[in-house]
Amino acid sequence: MKMADLIDSFRDKHTILALVSQIKKESIGLKTPFKIMEVCGGHTHALMRYGLLNLLQDTPLDFVHGPGCPVCVMPKLRIDEAIALAQMPNTILITLADLMRVPGSKGSLQSLRAQGADVRFAYAPLQALEVAIQNPDKKVVFVAIGFETTTPMTASLLLQAKEKGIKNLFIHNNHVLVPPSVQAVLKNSKIDALIAPSHVSVITGAKIYRPLLDLFKIPIVVAGFEPVDMLDGILRIVRQALKKQTLLEIQYSRAVSFEGNLKAQSLIAETMQVRENFEWRGLGEIPFSAMQMRPEFADFDVEVVFAEFLPKASALEPKNCLCGEILKGLAKPLDCTLFNKACTPSHPVGACMVSAEGACAAYYKYLS
Amino acid sequence: MCLAIPSKVIALQGNTATLETLGVQRQASLDLIDEPLEVGDFVLLHVGFVVGKIDTDEALESLKLYAEMIAKMDQDG
Repeated sequence: MKMADLIDSFRDKHTILALVSQIKKESIGLKTPFKIMEVCGGHTHALMRYGLLNLLQDTPLDFVHGPGCPVCVMPKLRIDEAIALAQMPNTILITLADLMRVPGSKGSLQSLRAQGADVRFAYAPLQALEVAIQNPDKKVVFVAIGFETTTPMTASLLLQAKEKGIKNLFIHNNHVLVPPSVQAVLKNSKIDALIAPSHVSVITGAKIYRPLLDLFKIPIVVAGFEPVDMLDGILRIVRQALKKQTLLEIQYSRAVSFEGNLKAQSLIAETMQVRENFEWRGLGEIPFSAMQMRPEFADFDVEVVFAEFLPKASALEPKNCLCGEILKGLAKPLDCTLFNKACTPSHPVGACMVSAEGACAAYYKYLS
Repeated sequence: MCLAIPSKVIALQGNTATLETLGVQRQASLDLIDEPLEVGDFVLLHVGFVVGKIDTDEALESLKLYAEMIAKMDQDG
């Protein structure tokens, strides 16, 4: 098998149209609307990018976007904390992804950088280790963010820093967990089935959705991000629903197993533990929904080492911004009065427009 | 953020692999991988780390099922 086959075959137009026609034929028997939540922003983008939402519009299926974008769910206080850390004397702050542009109470990390703060963007967490080694006289703060997919990389960074005896690297740990947030959403919304994130599951295995299946008794399918994968996942959900089944299925079996990547899981367990409480944008406080460093790694933990620099409260979210409702599956980007008016990717009001994985950013990119 | 990219293993040196990702070569850490890798394997790359192997047999099996489905539809249609 060639690399091109591995990608192109799962984007093949003929297969996409065949799956769509099959879904149309079979889904007639479902109630309207049949609400499928795509938990991960990657799936929201696949729906829009390949026009799947359009292709499936004459079906009972209604797609609801979930809380699965780590940048979108960061509350303002955590952004304010990152900004406060970047403002400490003699500090280099490093982060991944779109976090740079998310507005805090007073500007973003990006605007702080424009004012002269040493705020840097990295493609990989291990770059933070290099920066710390190259700048022994500076404090290097890595703002770690992401769901279970990205957590083991921070664990590896921590273990390597400890092994090398690095004393000037510190972590702002914002790693969050998929199941508790989905559980919080499912408790308050009528969702009929879940398309579960694929790359989170490469690390955790499909097993993390088992408790959700037991609690809510809805079909759950772990599907890949290619359009054919997603449609296959949707077809499996439709078939389960017609047979009144509630199963946990793995569509993305070429990369996901039930148990997941055990080595990655053990690195996380060695360095981190579950937090008692974490605030999510739009969802509020959710118990046991995020990670923090184990006490043995306290020397690397900004919440211990630089506690005095961290703000305790932050301003309220901007008025009229529907990010919170969108993350809860209660509203869609087009319901927001700010969408494509006051709020655009170049001037985002809320994080759902900032992040490349945000639902608003997807709607803007593919509908405008 | 959570989008890993399929890549091909080009070379292996200790705890690092050289991967080809969409025509670009890059290095990735093997810190998160327990299973043995060989040159020519397909893997998923995410923020500088190999996170998992792609099982090509499973991929082929899925593609075979889609081909069967399409053939059946053409017959029916």
